[in-house]
Amino acid sequence: MADTMQYDVVSPERSLASGQASEVRIPGSEGDMTAMPDHAPVITTLRPGILTVVGADGTSEFVVTGGFAEVTAAGASILAEMAMPKSEVTAEVFGSLIEEAESAVQATANAANDLAVKYLADLQTLRGELGV
Amino acid sequence: MPNLKDLKTRIESVKNTRKITKAMQMVAAAKLRRAQDAAEAGRPYAERFNAVLGGLAASVGNAEGAPRLLAGSGSDKVHLLVVMTAERGLCGGFNSSIAKLARQKAEELTNAGKTVKVLTVGKKGREQLKRDYADAMVGHVDLSEVKNVAYSNAQDIARDLLARFDDGEFDVATIFFNRFESVISQIPTSQQVIPAAFETDDDGSESTVYDYEPSEEGILTDLLPRGVATQLFSALLENGASEQGARMSAMDNATRNAGEMIDKLTIEFNRSRQAVITNELIEIISGAEAL
Repeated sequence: MADTMQYDVVSPERSLASGQASEVRIPGSEGDMTAMPDHAPVITTLRPGILTVVGADGTSEFVVTGGFAEVTAAGASILAEMAMPKSEVTAEVFGSLIEEAESAVQATANAANDLAVKYLADLQTLRGELGV
Repeated sequence: MPNLKDLKTRIESVKNTRKITKAMQMVAAAKLRRAQDAAEAGRPYAERFNAVLGGLAASVGNAEGAPRLLAGSGSDKVHLLVVMTAERGLCGGFNSSIAKLARQKAEELTNAGKTVKVLTVGKKGREQLKRDYADAMVGHVDLSEVKNVAYSNAQDIARDLLARFDDGEFDVATIFFNRFESVISQIPTSQQVIPAAFETDDDGSESTVYDYEPSEEGILTDLLPRGVATQLFSALLENGASEQGARMSAMDNATRNAGEMIDKLTIEFNRSRQAVITNELIEIISGAEAL
């Protein structure tokens, strides 16, 4: 069994990180999961949360808001709608995200509204975790 | 024969024009590099995204209860053409070629008895299309304030499109943009975004069987709207690079033309000056001989 696998974190605007990792902790929409080498192939959607990559050269953390992750035996690629290194997240950025989510809650109805409410709640939890 | 003063002014003015076009070319070259980088940085995401979405769409297929974004609204009467052009001119045939393609498609659809609606992104496309399709215009997205296209711009357009689709304003949406091949070649392209159309993999190799979390349908309903935004975003990026490429080569041509014109005018100027001098000499000599 290989000890490491390829990982990629990509956002629409740029590739954030890629390299070898021994584990990647993914905030899936149905719950967190950890991808390790030789994991069964899974595709999961993401909820706003912290993505943790444990590599040979230490642990790096990213804040993601949505998108999906594709895990195969050989690696994990995370396609996040918005992703940034945890250190770059400021209260300002987060404030605007939450504002946006709040207006989405106002604007939508029915099933879309449930999603928007959940998204907002996830964002608020994440804010608590980050302490910004 | 134009007099010397006129020629001189003319040469000066062409020289100024050349300075401007030269500067514009250099600015476009710098912007092109940035736009190309952005387009390249965005490619991995779009490719992966479409691959996963394509796989999902193929497995869910046209089953009952497939999301409307994939299966369509059940008819194809009303077509929405999303025409993406630049906000500025002076970039050769860039805007016209997109408008031309869109116009062709619109004619085709009208002849087939469909209703055509037009949504423009970028000022130049609207200017070109509003004469013929004034009644068909349903909206316009202004990106003139936007310096570097961000994903959020694409998201805004996508949200607008999806809202219109949900309201039943149209059945099929197609985007028009220029695909960036190289500095001298940009290819006007049309691409259907709603209902989602995917190029099927032609390698025929069986793909990995994935577990889906939540269900395949759940993921699909989550991803399809994002897919629209992703497609729009990569179209915007391609368009951005194409625009700068087109402008750069247009301005390069203009600079060269101005140079040629300056050479021609300078020769004419020198000849006229020589003619004037010769004339004066003849006058002096014939005056002296008359004495």
